[in-house]
Amino acid sequence: MSSFEVSELRYGGFGPVSFAMQAGETVGVTGPSGCGKTRLLRALADMDPWLGEIRLGAGRPAEMSASAWRRRVAYVPAESQWWFDGVGAHFVAAPQTEEVRGLGLDPEVLSWPVARLSSGEKQRLGLLRTLANRPSVLLLDEPTAHLDAERSRAFEALVKRRCAEGMMAVWVAHDPEQLRRVATRGYRMAAQGVWKEAVSWA
Amino acid sequence: MGVIALSWADILLAALPLAALAAVFAWQRLELSRTMLIGAVRTFVQLALVGFVLKGVFQNAHPVWTVGFSLVMLAAGTWEVSRRQHRRFAAGWTVGFAVLGMFTAGFTVTVFALLALVGVSPWWSPQYAIPLLGMILGNTMTGIALGMDTLTQSAWKQRAVIENRLALGQTAAEAVTELRRESVRTAMTPIINSLAVCGVVSLPGMMTGQILSGSDPLAAVRYQMMIMYLIATGAGFGSLLTIQLCVRRLFDGRERLRLDRLTG
Repeated sequence: MSSFEVSELRYGGFGPVSFAMQAGETVGVTGPSGCGKTRLLRALADMDPWLGEIRLGAGRPAEMSASAWRRRVAYVPAESQWWFDGVGAHFVAAPQTEEVRGLGLDPEVLSWPVARLSSGEKQRLGLLRTLANRPSVLLLDEPTAHLDAERSRAFEALVKRRCAEGMMAVWVAHDPEQLRRVATRGYRMAAQGVWKEAVSWA
Repeated sequence: MGVIALSWADILLAALPLAALAAVFAWQRLELSRTMLIGAVRTFVQLALVGFVLKGVFQNAHPVWTVGFSLVMLAAGTWEVSRRQHRRFAAGWTVGFAVLGMFTAGFTVTVFALLALVGVSPWWSPQYAIPLLGMILGNTMTGIALGMDTLTQSAWKQRAVIENRLALGQTAAEAVTELRRESVRTAMTPIINSLAVCGVVSLPGMMTGQILSGSDPLAAVRYQMMIMYLIATGAGFGSLLTIQLCVRRLFDGRERLRLDRLTG
C-alpha cells in the first residue's frame, strides 16, 4: 500500500479530479462551500457513486467489498455520530492511552456515556475510532471545526505521526494556515468542483 | 343447537345507540362523528358484501372460489400495508415486498393448518380455508405494516448514523442491526401482547363466535389456541421476510445507503 491514485474521478456532477499520493503524504483540499469537497471524500470512500479510477496500491474498490475498502480508505465525517450509550462500544480496538492523552482527552473517556461528551471531544474521539481500523488513507472533513487552537495542533500532530508510519490523508479545511501546517501538497477547488491548480505550500 | 339469528331489524336497533353517540360527539364538537359514521357504514356495506359472497362460495364449493377469495384478501391486505407506510419504496417495491411477505408466510401457515391440523376434506373447503386465512393474513398484514414502517422511518431519520457506521467499515447489515431488530420487535409487539392476555383480558372473537353458536367451550378454546399460534407464526415469519427484503433494498451493491429509493 504505497500509493493512492485518483484519475479522472467524476462524482455527482463534480470533477474530473486527478491526484496521487505516496505513503506518508497529506493532500490538503480547500475551496468555497458547495464546491463538492465533502462529496469528493464520500466518493473516495465509495459511499457515493463515482466514475473514473481510484487505486490504493494495486487494489481497486471493485476488487473488494465496500466495507473492506472503507476500512482502508476511511472517511471521517465533519459531525461524528454516536449510536450506543457508552463511548467504548464504538471502538473496534482500544486506542493507545498515549494517543488519548495526546489529544487532551481523559484516559477514562472510553468508559464514559456518550451523553457526557462535548462536541470537541466527539470530534477527537471520532478520529481515534477511525484510526482503530488502521486505515491506509484517512479522509478528513473539516476535522478540527469544534476545537480550539491547542487541541487542533494536538489533532494535527496525531495525524502527522500516523502519516510518518505510512498512512496517507486527504485533509479538507477552510483554514489555509492549517493546510500549510499539515499538507505536503494542496488543491483548491473552484465552484462546481473544478479541480484547480496545485497550490504549493512547501 | 345453533346461534339465535339476528334479523336486519336487530342490526338497525344496534345502530341506534351508536347514532346517539355520534350525536353527543357532534354536540361536543369532537369532530369524530363524521369519520365514525363513515366507518359504521363501511362496516355494514363491507360485511354485508362479504356475507353474500361467502354464502355463494359456500353453496358452490369449488377451489377456484376459495383461491379467488384468498387473492382478494391478499390484495386488500397489500393495499392496507402500503397505505400505512409513511415512506414507500419507489417503483412499487413496497407493494411487492408486502405481497411476498404476506403470501409466503400467510398462505404457508394456513395450508399447514388445513392439511395437518384441521384435516378437513377437501382441504380447500371455503368454510375453513377462508376464515383461517383471513385471521392469519390480517395479523400478518399488521405485523408487516408496522415492521416496514418502523424500518424505513428510522432509516430515514438515522441517515447520518448509518452512513457513519458504513464509513467505519461496517457492512450494510451491521450498520442497521439495531434498526432491523427494533423493526421486528415492533412488528411482533401486538401479537405477543395478545398471546399474553388472550382469554384473561380479552375473549377472542372467533372463540366467542363458536361458543355463541353452541360449540363445546373446550373445543372452541382448542381452535383459538391453534389460531393464536398460527397468527403469531404468520406475522413473525412474514415480517422477518419483508424486513429483510426492505433492508436489502435500502442499500445497493456497494453497500451505500440508498434513501433516494424511498418516496414520500
